[in-house]
Amino acid sequence: MQSTKPDHGWNWWYLLLLAQFVPALWVPFYNSVEPTWIGLPFFYWFQLVLVFICAAVTAFVYWITEASQQQ
Amino acid sequence: MRDINWVALIVFVLLFGFITWLGFAAAHWRRGDLDLLNEWGLGGRRFGTLIAWFLIGGDLYTAYTFIAVPALAFGTGALAFFAVPYTIIIYPILFIVFPRLWSVSHKHGYITAADFVRGRFGNRWLALAVTLTGIVATMPYIALQLVGLQVVIGGMGFVGEGWVGDVPLIIAFVILAAFTYSSGLRAPAAIAIVKDLLIYITAFAAIIVIPIELGGFGKIFAAVPAQKLLLAVPQGNTTGAYGAYATLALGSALALFLYPHSLTGILSASSSHAVRRNAALLPAYSFMLGLLALLGFMAIAVGVDKLPEYAQGFALFKANFAVPALLLHTFPSWFVGVAFAAIGIGALVPAAIMSIAAANLFTRNIYREFFRAQCTDRQESQMAKWVSLIVKLGALVFILFVPTQYAIQLQLLGGIWIIQTLPAVIIGLYTRWFNAWALLIGWAVGTVLGTIMAASVNFAAMYPLAIGGWTFPSYIALSTLVVNLIVAAVLTPVFNAIADKAKDETLASDYAM
Repeated sequence: MQSTKPDHGWNWWYLLLLAQFVPALWVPFYNSVEPTWIGLPFFYWFQLVLVFICAAVTAFVYWITEASQQQ
Repeated sequence: MRDINWVALIVFVLLFGFITWLGFAAAHWRRGDLDLLNEWGLGGRRFGTLIAWFLIGGDLYTAYTFIAVPALAFGTGALAFFAVPYTIIIYPILFIVFPRLWSVSHKHGYITAADFVRGRFGNRWLALAVTLTGIVATMPYIALQLVGLQVVIGGMGFVGEGWVGDVPLIIAFVILAAFTYSSGLRAPAAIAIVKDLLIYITAFAAIIVIPIELGGFGKIFAAVPAQKLLLAVPQGNTTGAYGAYATLALGSALALFLYPHSLTGILSASSSHAVRRNAALLPAYSFMLGLLALLGFMAIAVGVDKLPEYAQGFALFKANFAVPALLLHTFPSWFVGVAFAAIGIGALVPAAIMSIAAANLFTRNIYREFFRAQCTDRQESQMAKWVSLIVKLGALVFILFVPTQYAIQLQLLGGIWIIQTLPAVIIGLYTRWFNAWALLIGWAVGTVLGTIMAASVNFAAMYPLAIGGWTFPSYIALSTLVVNLIVAAVLTPVFNAIADKAKDETLASDYAM
Protein backbone atom coordinates (compact mmCIF):
# COMPACT_ATOMS: atom_id res chain seq x y z
CA MET A 1 0.00 0.00 0.00
CA GLN A 2 2.99 2.27 0.43
CA SER A 3 3.06 4.56 -2.58
CA THR A 4 6.42 5.35 -4.12
CA LYS A 5 5.20 8.62 -5.59
CA PRO A 6 5.77 11.72 -3.46
CA ASP A 7 2.57 12.50 -1.58
CA HIS A 8 1.61 16.16 -1.41
CA GLY A 9 -1.67 15.33 0.29
CA TRP A 10 -3.62 16.58 -2.68
CA ASN A 11 -5.69 14.96 -5.39
CA TRP A 12 -7.81 16.89 -7.86
CA TRP A 13 -10.81 14.72 -6.96
CA TYR A 14 -10.78 16.50 -3.57
CA LEU A 15 -12.34 19.49 -5.32
CA LEU A 16 -15.55 17.47 -5.34
CA LEU A 17 -15.30 17.24 -1.56
CA LEU A 18 -14.63 20.94 -1.12
CA ALA A 19 -17.58 21.72 -3.40
CA GLN A 20 -19.81 20.39 -0.60
CA PHE A 21 -19.11 23.57 1.35
CA VAL A 22 -21.02 25.67 -1.20
CA PRO A 23 -24.57 24.27 -0.93
CA ALA A 24 -24.11 23.63 2.80
CA LEU A 25 -23.14 27.23 3.59
CA TRP A 26 -25.12 29.15 0.93
CA VAL A 27 -27.94 29.98 3.33
CA PRO A 28 -30.09 32.28 1.09
CA PHE A 29 -30.59 29.37 -1.28
CA TYR A 30 -32.44 27.21 1.22
CA ASN A 31 -33.94 29.65 3.70
CA SER A 32 -37.54 29.22 2.50
CA VAL A 33 -40.69 27.30 3.40
CA GLU A 34 -41.67 26.35 -0.16
CA PRO A 35 -41.45 23.83 -1.72
CA THR A 36 -42.54 21.74 1.23
CA TRP A 37 -42.17 17.96 1.23
CA ILE A 38 -44.45 15.77 3.38
CA GLY A 39 -45.14 18.92 5.36
CA LEU A 40 -41.46 19.72 5.99
CA PRO A 41 -40.39 23.23 4.97
CA PHE A 42 -37.66 23.34 2.28
CA PHE A 43 -35.16 24.70 4.82
CA TYR A 44 -35.29 21.43 6.76
CA TRP A 45 -35.69 18.76 4.14
CA PHE A 46 -33.11 20.27 1.80
CA GLN A 47 -30.41 20.15 4.46
CA LEU A 48 -31.36 16.59 5.46
CA VAL A 49 -31.22 15.42 1.83
CA LEU A 50 -27.89 17.23 1.42
CA VAL A 51 -26.43 14.98 4.13
CA PHE A 52 -27.01 11.96 1.88
CA ILE A 53 -25.82 13.64 -1.30
CA CYS A 54 -22.58 14.76 0.32
CA ALA A 55 -22.00 11.32 1.88
CA ALA A 56 -22.47 9.76 -1.56
CA VAL A 57 -20.00 12.20 -3.10
CA THR A 58 -17.47 11.38 -0.36
CA ALA A 59 -17.96 7.65 -0.97
CA PHE A 60 -17.42 8.22 -4.71
CA VAL A 61 -14.20 10.15 -4.09
CA TYR A 62 -13.09 7.38 -1.74
CA TRP A 63 -13.53 4.68 -4.40
CA ILE A 64 -11.89 6.65 -7.14
CA THR A 65 -8.86 7.81 -5.14
CA GLU A 66 -8.28 4.39 -3.56
CA ALA A 67 -8.52 2.78 -6.99
CA SER A 68 -5.96 5.18 -8.47
CA GLN A 69 -3.58 4.48 -5.56
CA GLN A 70 -3.65 0.75 -6.19
CA GLN A 71 -2.23 1.22 -9.67
CA MET B 1 -38.70 12.22 45.05
CA ARG B 2 -42.45 11.82 44.84
CA ASP B 3 -43.25 10.79 41.29
CA ILE B 4 -40.58 8.37 40.27
CA ASN B 5 -41.32 6.64 36.98
CA TRP B 6 -40.50 3.11 38.20
CA VAL B 7 -40.88 1.25 34.91
CA ALA B 8 -38.61 3.69 33.08
CA LEU B 9 -36.18 3.63 35.98
CA ILE B 10 -35.95 -0.19 36.03
CA VAL B 11 -35.30 -0.36 32.27
CA PHE B 12 -32.74 2.43 32.63
CA VAL B 13 -30.95 0.68 35.51
CA LEU B 14 -30.92 -2.68 33.69
CA LEU B 15 -29.35 -1.14 30.59
CA PHE B 16 -26.89 0.76 32.75
CA GLY B 17 -25.98 -2.45 34.55
CA PHE B 18 -25.35 -4.13 31.23
CA ILE B 19 -22.99 -1.44 29.95
CA THR B 20 -21.19 -1.39 33.31
CA TRP B 21 -20.41 -5.09 32.87
CA LEU B 22 -19.47 -4.41 29.24
CA GLY B 23 -17.15 -1.57 30.26
CA PHE B 24 -15.14 -3.82 32.57
CA ALA B 25 -15.23 -6.82 30.23
CA ALA B 26 -13.84 -4.61 27.45
CA ALA B 27 -10.42 -4.76 29.12
CA HIS B 28 -10.07 -8.26 27.63
CA TRP B 29 -11.27 -7.26 24.18
CA ARG B 30 -8.50 -7.49 21.56
CA ARG B 31 -6.23 -7.95 24.51
CA GLY B 32 -3.27 -5.68 24.79
CA ASP B 33 -0.87 -4.62 27.52
CA LEU B 34 -2.83 -1.91 29.33
CA ASP B 35 0.41 -0.76 30.96
CA LEU B 36 1.24 0.93 27.64
CA LEU B 37 -0.33 4.32 26.96
CA ASN B 38 -0.82 3.33 23.33
CA GLU B 39 -2.99 0.41 24.50
CA TRP B 40 -4.86 2.08 27.38
CA GLY B 41 -5.29 5.46 25.70
CA LEU B 42 -5.75 4.46 22.04
CA GLY B 43 -6.97 0.85 22.22
CA GLY B 44 -3.76 -0.22 20.50
CA ARG B 45 -4.82 1.60 17.27
CA ARG B 46 -6.68 -1.53 16.24
CA PHE B 47 -10.27 -0.45 15.63
CA GLY B 48 -11.41 -1.31 12.10
CA THR B 49 -13.91 0.65 10.03
CA LEU B 50 -17.04 -0.55 11.83
CA ILE B 51 -15.85 -0.19 15.43
CA ALA B 52 -14.28 3.17 14.54
CA TRP B 53 -17.66 4.20 13.15
CA PHE B 54 -19.39 3.45 16.46
CA LEU B 55 -16.58 4.94 18.51
CA ILE B 56 -16.14 8.20 16.58
CA GLY B 57 -19.91 8.56 16.13
CA GLY B 58 -20.49 8.02 19.84
CA ASP B 59 -17.66 10.42 20.57
CA LEU B 60 -18.62 13.37 18.34
CA TYR B 61 -22.40 13.22 18.65
CA THR B 62 -22.61 13.53 22.41
CA ALA B 63 -25.54 13.25 24.80
CA TYR B 64 -25.37 16.96 25.33
CA THR B 65 -25.75 17.47 21.58
CA PHE B 66 -28.85 15.30 21.57
CA ILE B 67 -30.34 17.39 24.38
CA ALA B 68 -29.05 20.84 23.41
CA VAL B 69 -29.70 20.92 19.65
CA PRO B 70 -33.44 20.11 19.95
CA ALA B 71 -33.53 22.46 22.96
CA LEU B 72 -32.17 25.24 20.74
CA ALA B 73 -34.79 24.39 18.07
CA PHE B 74 -37.45 24.51 20.77
CA GLY B 75 -36.27 27.79 22.23
CA THR B 76 -34.78 29.67 19.24
CA GLY B 77 -35.94 27.82 16.14
CA ALA B 78 -34.26 27.44 12.74
CA LEU B 79 -30.80 28.50 13.97
CA ALA B 80 -30.47 25.09 15.69
CA PHE B 81 -30.34 23.43 12.28
CA PHE B 82 -26.82 24.84 11.78
CA ALA B 83 -25.83 21.48 13.30
CA VAL B 84 -26.67 19.89 9.92
CA PRO B 85 -24.41 21.93 7.58
CA TYR B 86 -21.82 21.86 10.38
CA THR B 87 -21.81 18.08 10.45
CA ILE B 88 -21.86 17.91 6.64
CA ILE B 89 -18.67 19.89 6.11
CA ILE B 90 -16.68 18.19 8.86
CA TYR B 91 -16.38 15.11 6.64
CA PRO B 92 -14.53 16.60 3.66
CA ILE B 93 -12.10 17.95 6.28
CA LEU B 94 -11.83 14.54 7.94
CA PHE B 95 -11.28 12.86 4.57
CA ILE B 96 -8.63 15.21 3.23
CA VAL B 97 -6.66 16.25 6.30
CA PHE B 98 -6.79 13.62 8.99
CA PRO B 99 -5.47 10.52 7.21
CA ARG B 100 -2.22 12.52 7.11
CA LEU B 101 -2.28 13.01 10.85
CA TRP B 102 -3.11 9.33 11.34
CA SER B 103 -0.17 8.28 9.17
CA VAL B 104 2.44 10.52 10.76
CA SER B 105 1.18 9.62 14.25
CA HIS B 106 1.31 5.93 13.48
CA LYS B 107 4.85 6.27 12.17
CA HIS B 108 6.17 8.20 15.18
CA GLY B 109 3.93 6.84 17.94
CA TYR B 110 2.17 10.16 18.52
CA ILE B 111 -0.84 9.92 20.82
CA THR B 112 -1.89 13.58 20.94
CA ALA B 113 -1.92 16.60 18.63
CA ALA B 114 0.71 18.17 20.88
CA ASP B 115 2.98 15.14 20.27
CA PHE B 116 2.77 15.90 16.57
CA VAL B 117 3.41 19.63 17.00
CA ARG B 118 6.41 18.86 19.24
CA GLY B 119 7.87 16.54 16.62
CA ARG B 120 7.07 18.70 13.63
CA PHE B 121 8.18 22.08 14.94
CA GLY B 122 10.62 20.97 17.64
CA ASN B 123 9.24 23.61 19.99
CA ARG B 124 8.06 22.43 23.39
CA TRP B 125 6.35 25.71 24.23
CA LEU B 126 4.16 25.60 21.14
CA ALA B 127 3.34 21.99 22.07
CA LEU B 128 2.53 23.16 25.59
CA ALA B 129 0.11 25.76 24.20
CA VAL B 130 -1.65 23.05 22.20
CA THR B 131 -1.73 20.82 25.29
CA LEU B 132 -3.16 23.43 27.66
CA THR B 133 -5.75 24.54 25.11
CA GLY B 134 -6.86 20.95 24.62
CA ILE B 135 -7.20 20.23 28.33
CA VAL B 136 -8.96 23.50 29.15
CA ALA B 137 -11.38 23.17 26.23
CA THR B 138 -12.21 19.58 27.14
CA MET B 139 -13.01 20.06 30.84
CA PRO B 140 -16.28 22.01 30.42
CA TYR B 141 -17.26 19.62 27.62
CA ILE B 142 -17.08 16.71 30.07
CA ALA B 143 -19.12 18.73 32.55
CA LEU B 144 -21.83 19.27 29.93
CA GLN B 145 -22.09 15.53 29.34
CA LEU B 146 -22.98 15.19 33.00
CA VAL B 147 -25.68 17.83 32.43
CA GLY B 148 -27.20 15.55 29.77
CA LEU B 149 -27.20 12.76 32.33
CA GLN B 150 -28.70 15.03 34.98
CA VAL B 151 -31.59 16.00 32.70
CA VAL B 152 -32.68 12.41 32.01
CA ILE B 153 -32.29 11.41 35.65
CA GLY B 154 -34.48 14.40 36.48
CA GLY B 155 -36.93 13.24 33.81
CA MET B 156 -37.41 9.98 35.67
CA GLY B 157 -38.46 11.82 38.79
CA PHE B 158 -35.23 12.29 40.71
CA VAL B 159 -35.43 16.03 41.20
CA GLY B 160 -34.77 18.52 43.95
CA GLU B 161 -34.43 17.17 47.50
CA GLY B 162 -30.91 18.53 47.97
CA TRP B 163 -27.95 16.14 47.85
CA VAL B 164 -30.14 13.03 47.61
CA GLY B 165 -31.12 14.16 44.13
CA ASP B 166 -27.44 14.08 43.15
CA VAL B 167 -26.88 10.47 44.23
CA PRO B 168 -27.78 8.87 40.85
CA LEU B 169 -25.38 11.22 39.06
CA ILE B 170 -22.60 10.35 41.50
CA ILE B 171 -23.25 6.60 41.04
CA ALA B 172 -23.13 6.97 37.25
CA PHE B 173 -19.92 8.94 37.61
CA VAL B 174 -18.25 6.31 39.80
CA ILE B 175 -19.15 3.62 37.25
CA LEU B 176 -17.72 5.75 34.45
CA ALA B 177 -14.52 6.47 36.35
CA ALA B 178 -13.98 2.84 37.32
CA PHE B 179 -14.36 1.27 33.90
CA THR B 180 -12.34 3.98 32.18
CA TYR B 181 -9.54 3.43 34.69
CA SER B 182 -9.49 -0.31 34.20
CA SER B 183 -10.21 -0.68 30.47
CA GLY B 184 -9.10 2.59 28.88
CA LEU B 185 -10.42 3.41 25.40
CA ARG B 186 -11.72 -0.14 24.91
CA ALA B 187 -14.54 0.59 27.37
CA PRO B 188 -16.16 3.50 25.48
CA ALA B 189 -15.56 1.66 22.19
CA ALA B 190 -17.54 -1.35 23.39
CA ILE B 191 -20.23 0.73 25.07
CA ALA B 192 -20.58 3.00 22.04
CA ILE B 193 -21.99 0.08 20.05
CA VAL B 194 -24.85 -0.38 22.53
CA LYS B 195 -25.39 3.32 22.97
CA ASP B 196 -25.50 4.11 19.27
CA LEU B 197 -27.97 1.31 18.54
CA LEU B 198 -30.22 2.62 21.34
CA ILE B 199 -29.94 6.18 20.04
CA TYR B 200 -30.84 5.15 16.48
CA ILE B 201 -33.86 3.18 17.76
CA THR B 202 -34.98 6.17 19.81
CA ALA B 203 -34.51 8.69 17.02
CA PHE B 204 -36.33 6.67 14.38
CA ALA B 205 -39.17 5.69 16.74
CA ALA B 206 -39.64 9.33 17.70
CA ILE B 207 -39.52 10.64 14.14
CA ILE B 208 -42.14 8.10 13.01
CA VAL B 209 -44.50 7.88 15.99
CA ILE B 210 -44.74 11.51 17.06
CA PRO B 211 -45.64 13.02 13.64
CA ILE B 212 -48.33 10.33 13.21
CA GLU B 213 -49.80 11.23 16.60
CA LEU B 214 -49.67 14.93 15.82
CA GLY B 215 -51.21 14.59 12.35
CA GLY B 216 -48.11 14.96 10.16
CA PHE B 217 -45.22 17.41 9.72
CA GLY B 218 -47.55 19.95 8.09
CA LYS B 219 -49.47 20.36 11.36
CA ILE B 220 -46.30 20.35 13.44
CA PHE B 221 -44.71 23.20 11.48
CA ALA B 222 -48.02 25.09 11.34
CA ALA B 223 -47.73 25.33 15.13
CA VAL B 224 -44.22 26.83 14.96
CA PRO B 225 -44.23 30.66 15.20
CA ALA B 226 -43.02 32.40 12.01
CA GLN B 227 -39.90 33.87 13.65
CA LYS B 228 -38.73 30.39 14.64
CA LEU B 229 -39.63 28.67 11.36
CA LEU B 230 -36.90 30.23 9.21
CA LEU B 231 -33.85 32.43 9.66
CA ALA B 232 -34.62 36.15 9.62
CA VAL B 233 -33.88 37.64 6.19
CA PRO B 234 -31.09 40.23 6.63
CA GLN B 235 -32.26 43.84 6.24
CA GLY B 236 -29.92 46.68 5.22
CA ASN B 237 -26.13 46.55 5.35
CA THR B 238 -25.69 43.33 7.24
CA THR B 239 -25.25 39.64 6.58
CA GLY B 240 -27.54 39.11 9.57
CA ALA B 241 -28.74 35.65 10.50
CA TYR B 242 -27.40 34.17 7.24
CA GLY B 243 -23.83 35.12 8.11
CA ALA B 244 -24.32 33.96 11.66
CA TYR B 245 -25.63 30.57 10.54
CA ALA B 246 -22.90 29.96 7.96
CA THR B 247 -19.97 31.13 10.13
CA LEU B 248 -21.26 29.11 13.09
CA ALA B 249 -21.36 25.99 10.92
CA LEU B 250 -17.95 26.64 9.33
CA GLY B 251 -16.17 27.65 12.54
CA SER B 252 -17.59 24.71 14.47
CA ALA B 253 -16.54 22.35 11.69
CA LEU B 254 -12.97 23.66 11.62
CA ALA B 255 -12.74 23.36 15.41
CA LEU B 256 -14.26 19.90 15.84
CA PHE B 257 -11.37 17.62 14.95
CA LEU B 258 -8.93 19.75 16.92
CA TYR B 259 -10.63 18.66 20.15
CA PRO B 260 -8.51 16.05 21.92
CA HIS B 261 -11.37 13.53 22.12
CA SER B 262 -11.97 13.73 18.34
CA LEU B 263 -8.31 13.06 17.71
CA THR B 264 -8.22 10.16 20.14
CA GLY B 265 -11.09 8.60 18.20
CA ILE B 266 -9.35 9.11 14.85
CA LEU B 267 -5.95 7.87 16.00
CA SER B 268 -7.48 4.68 17.45
CA ALA B 269 -8.53 3.58 13.94
CA SER B 270 -6.56 0.70 12.48
CA SER B 271 -5.58 2.48 9.25
CA SER B 272 -5.84 5.78 7.43
CA HIS B 273 -8.19 4.00 5.04
CA ALA B 274 -10.55 3.24 7.91
CA VAL B 275 -10.57 6.98 8.69
CA ARG B 276 -11.50 7.77 5.08
CA ARG B 277 -14.23 5.17 4.90
CA ASN B 278 -15.69 6.70 8.01
CA ALA B 279 -15.84 10.12 6.37
CA ALA B 280 -18.44 8.59 4.04
CA LEU B 281 -20.20 6.51 6.72
CA LEU B 282 -20.36 8.89 9.69
CA PRO B 283 -22.86 11.26 8.00
CA ALA B 284 -25.51 8.72 9.10
CA TYR B 285 -25.13 10.36 12.51
CA SER B 286 -25.56 13.82 10.97
CA PHE B 287 -28.85 12.71 9.49
CA MET B 288 -29.98 11.39 12.85
CA LEU B 289 -28.93 14.63 14.55
CA GLY B 290 -31.08 16.52 12.02
CA LEU B 291 -34.03 14.29 12.85
CA LEU B 292 -33.48 14.86 16.56
CA ALA B 293 -33.39 18.63 15.96
CA LEU B 294 -36.89 18.28 14.53
CA LEU B 295 -38.00 16.95 17.95
CA GLY B 296 -37.63 20.51 19.20
CA PHE B 297 -40.38 21.62 16.81
CA MET B 298 -42.54 18.67 17.84
CA ALA B 299 -42.12 19.80 21.44
CA ILE B 300 -43.37 23.24 20.37
CA ALA B 301 -46.38 21.66 18.63
CA VAL B 302 -47.26 19.60 21.71
CA GLY B 303 -46.63 22.59 23.96
CA VAL B 304 -44.77 20.49 26.52
CA ASP B 305 -43.69 23.53 28.49
CA LYS B 306 -47.29 24.38 29.22
CA LEU B 307 -48.21 20.95 30.59
CA PRO B 308 -48.33 21.09 34.40
CA GLU B 309 -46.65 17.68 34.87
CA TYR B 310 -43.42 18.98 33.31
CA ALA B 311 -43.40 22.41 34.99
CA GLN B 312 -40.85 21.29 37.57
CA GLY B 313 -38.53 19.84 34.92
CA PHE B 314 -38.64 23.05 32.88
CA ALA B 315 -38.06 25.14 35.99
CA LEU B 316 -34.90 23.13 36.69
CA PHE B 317 -33.50 22.43 33.24
CA LYS B 318 -35.15 25.12 31.07
CA ALA B 319 -35.32 24.28 27.33
CA ASN B 320 -33.02 21.29 27.88
CA PHE B 321 -36.07 19.53 29.30
CA ALA B 322 -37.97 19.77 25.97
CA VAL B 323 -36.84 16.38 24.60
CA PRO B 324 -37.24 14.41 27.83
CA ALA B 325 -40.70 15.95 28.29
CA LEU B 326 -41.69 15.12 24.73
CA LEU B 327 -40.54 11.51 25.15
CA LEU B 328 -42.37 11.19 28.48
CA HIS B 329 -45.49 12.67 26.92
CA THR B 330 -45.47 10.37 23.87
CA PHE B 331 -44.06 6.97 24.77
CA PRO B 332 -44.93 4.20 27.22
CA SER B 333 -42.71 4.12 30.29
CA TRP B 334 -40.59 1.16 29.22
CA PHE B 335 -39.61 2.92 26.01
CA VAL B 336 -38.89 6.12 27.92
CA GLY B 337 -36.45 3.98 29.91
CA VAL B 338 -34.75 2.85 26.70
CA ALA B 339 -34.58 6.40 25.31
CA PHE B 340 -33.29 7.89 28.54
CA ALA B 341 -30.72 5.11 28.83
CA ALA B 342 -29.61 5.95 25.28
CA ILE B 343 -29.04 9.57 26.30
CA GLY B 344 -27.52 8.66 29.67
CA ILE B 345 -25.12 6.08 28.23
CA GLY B 346 -24.56 8.56 25.41
CA ALA B 347 -23.12 10.88 28.04
CA LEU B 348 -20.71 8.28 29.40
CA VAL B 349 -19.09 7.40 26.06
CA PRO B 350 -17.82 10.88 25.15
CA ALA B 351 -17.09 11.68 28.81
CA ALA B 352 -14.85 8.61 28.99
CA ILE B 353 -13.07 9.45 25.72
CA MET B 354 -12.65 13.10 26.70
CA SER B 355 -11.12 12.19 30.05
CA ILE B 356 -8.79 9.71 28.37
CA ALA B 357 -7.79 12.34 25.79
CA ALA B 358 -7.11 14.95 28.48
CA ALA B 359 -5.15 12.36 30.46
CA ASN B 360 -3.06 11.46 27.41
CA LEU B 361 -2.28 15.14 26.88
CA PHE B 362 -1.27 15.78 30.47
CA THR B 363 0.84 12.65 30.71
CA ARG B 364 2.62 12.88 27.40
CA ASN B 365 3.02 16.60 26.95
CA ILE B 366 3.33 17.96 30.49
CA TYR B 367 4.40 15.15 32.86
CA ARG B 368 6.81 13.40 30.50
CA GLU B 369 7.93 16.52 28.64
CA PHE B 370 8.60 18.78 31.61
CA PHE B 371 8.89 16.62 34.72
CA ARG B 372 9.80 12.99 34.14
CA ALA B 373 11.51 12.58 30.78
CA GLN B 374 12.88 9.22 31.95
CA CYS B 375 9.59 7.73 33.11
CA THR B 376 8.89 4.13 32.10
CA ASP B 377 5.99 3.18 29.85
CA ARG B 378 4.29 1.67 32.87
CA GLN B 379 4.62 4.87 34.90
CA GLU B 380 3.34 6.88 31.95
CA SER B 381 0.26 4.70 31.59
CA GLN B 382 -0.37 4.71 35.36
CA MET B 383 -0.15 8.51 35.47
CA ALA B 384 -2.69 8.75 32.63
CA LYS B 385 -5.11 6.50 34.53
CA TRP B 386 -4.89 8.71 37.60
CA VAL B 387 -5.28 11.91 35.59
CA SER B 388 -8.40 10.52 33.89
CA LEU B 389 -9.91 10.13 37.37
CA ILE B 390 -8.93 13.62 38.45
CA VAL B 391 -10.32 15.16 35.27
CA LYS B 392 -13.68 13.47 35.77
CA LEU B 393 -13.80 14.37 39.43
CA GLY B 394 -13.22 17.98 38.47
CA ALA B 395 -16.11 17.84 36.00
CA LEU B 396 -18.41 16.29 38.63
CA VAL B 397 -17.55 18.88 41.26
CA PHE B 398 -18.12 21.59 38.67
CA ILE B 399 -21.58 20.32 37.78
CA LEU B 400 -22.65 19.78 41.40
CA PHE B 401 -21.49 23.12 42.75
CA VAL B 402 -21.35 25.62 39.89
CA PRO B 403 -24.43 26.83 37.96
CA THR B 404 -24.80 25.03 34.61
CA GLN B 405 -24.69 28.38 32.83
CA TYR B 406 -20.96 28.67 33.53
CA ALA B 407 -20.24 25.26 32.05
CA ILE B 408 -22.11 26.29 28.89
CA GLN B 409 -20.20 29.57 28.67
CA LEU B 410 -16.87 27.81 29.22
CA GLN B 411 -17.70 25.23 26.57
CA LEU B 412 -18.47 28.06 24.16
CA LEU B 413 -15.12 29.66 24.98
CA GLY B 414 -13.53 26.23 24.56
CA GLY B 415 -14.58 26.22 20.90
CA ILE B 416 -12.99 29.64 20.40
CA TRP B 417 -9.79 28.50 22.12
CA ILE B 418 -9.38 25.14 20.45
CA ILE B 419 -9.64 26.57 16.92
CA GLN B 420 -6.54 28.67 17.65
CA THR B 421 -4.48 25.47 17.43
CA LEU B 422 -5.52 24.98 13.79
CA PRO B 423 -2.47 26.71 12.23
CA ALA B 424 -0.02 24.54 14.18
CA VAL B 425 -1.90 21.26 13.84
CA ILE B 426 -3.76 21.28 10.51
CA ILE B 427 -1.58 23.64 8.47
CA GLY B 428 1.39 21.99 10.14
CA LEU B 429 0.39 18.75 8.43
CA TYR B 430 1.04 20.37 5.06
CA THR B 431 3.84 22.86 5.57
CA ARG B 432 6.49 23.93 8.02
CA TRP B 433 6.61 27.37 6.49
CA PHE B 434 5.30 29.02 9.67
CA ASN B 435 7.83 29.69 12.40
CA ALA B 436 6.92 28.00 15.70
CA TRP B 437 7.33 31.21 17.73
CA ALA B 438 5.12 33.10 15.27
CA LEU B 439 2.50 30.36 15.61
CA LEU B 440 2.73 30.65 19.38
CA ILE B 441 2.16 34.40 19.31
CA GLY B 442 -0.68 34.00 16.79
CA TRP B 443 -2.26 31.44 19.12
CA ALA B 444 -1.94 33.80 22.09
CA VAL B 445 -3.40 36.76 20.20
CA GLY B 446 -6.33 34.69 18.89
CA THR B 447 -7.05 33.25 22.33
CA VAL B 448 -6.96 36.56 24.18
CA LEU B 449 -8.88 38.44 21.49
CA GLY B 450 -11.53 35.71 21.25
CA THR B 451 -12.03 35.70 25.00
CA ILE B 452 -12.37 39.50 25.13
CA MET B 453 -14.82 39.52 22.21
CA ALA B 454 -16.95 36.77 23.77
CA ALA B 455 -16.98 38.54 27.12
CA SER B 456 -18.00 41.82 25.45
CA VAL B 457 -21.15 40.20 24.03
CA ASN B 458 -21.99 38.50 27.32
CA PHE B 459 -20.63 35.09 26.26
CA ALA B 460 -22.61 34.71 23.07
CA ALA B 461 -21.04 32.92 20.11
CA MET B 462 -21.59 35.81 17.69
CA TYR B 463 -19.78 39.11 17.50
CA PRO B 464 -21.08 41.81 15.15
CA LEU B 465 -18.01 42.86 13.15
CA ALA B 466 -18.42 46.36 11.72
CA ILE B 467 -16.41 46.89 8.52
CA GLY B 468 -16.92 49.82 6.13
CA GLY B 469 -20.56 50.51 6.94
CA TRP B 470 -21.46 46.80 6.90
CA THR B 471 -22.13 44.60 9.87
CA PHE B 472 -21.08 40.96 9.79
CA PRO B 473 -22.40 39.00 12.74
CA SER B 474 -19.96 36.11 12.77
CA TYR B 475 -18.79 33.26 14.94
CA ILE B 476 -15.96 34.60 17.10
CA ALA B 477 -13.89 31.43 16.62
CA LEU B 478 -13.73 32.07 12.89
CA SER B 479 -12.92 35.79 12.94
CA THR B 480 -10.20 35.38 15.58
CA LEU B 481 -8.69 32.47 13.65
CA VAL B 482 -8.17 34.87 10.74
CA VAL B 483 -6.36 37.31 13.06
CA ASN B 484 -4.28 34.43 14.44
CA LEU B 485 -3.21 33.41 10.93
CA ILE B 486 -2.34 36.97 9.90
CA VAL B 487 -0.20 37.48 13.02
CA ALA B 488 1.58 34.16 12.48
CA ALA B 489 2.21 34.93 8.80
CA VAL B 490 3.54 38.43 9.45
CA LEU B 491 5.83 37.35 12.29
CA THR B 492 7.21 34.25 10.57
CA PRO B 493 9.84 36.09 8.46
CA VAL B 494 10.79 38.15 11.50
CA PHE B 495 11.48 35.10 13.69
CA ASN B 496 13.15 33.24 10.84
CA ALA B 497 15.60 36.14 10.59
CA ILE B 498 16.55 36.12 14.29
CA ALA B 499 16.45 32.44 15.22
CA ASP B 500 17.40 29.13 13.65
CA LYS B 501 14.60 26.73 12.94
CA ALA B 502 14.48 23.68 15.17
CA LYS B 503 14.71 20.24 13.67
CA ASP B 504 11.69 18.56 12.08
CA GLU B 505 11.67 14.87 13.06
CA THR B 506 9.04 13.97 10.43
CA LEU B 507 9.70 13.20 6.76
CA ALA B 508 7.46 14.02 3.81
CA SER B 509 6.86 10.31 3.25
CA ASP B 510 5.56 9.85 6.83
CA TYR B 511 2.36 11.63 5.84
CA ALA B 512 1.50 9.40 2.91
CA MET B 513 -1.32 6.92 3.25
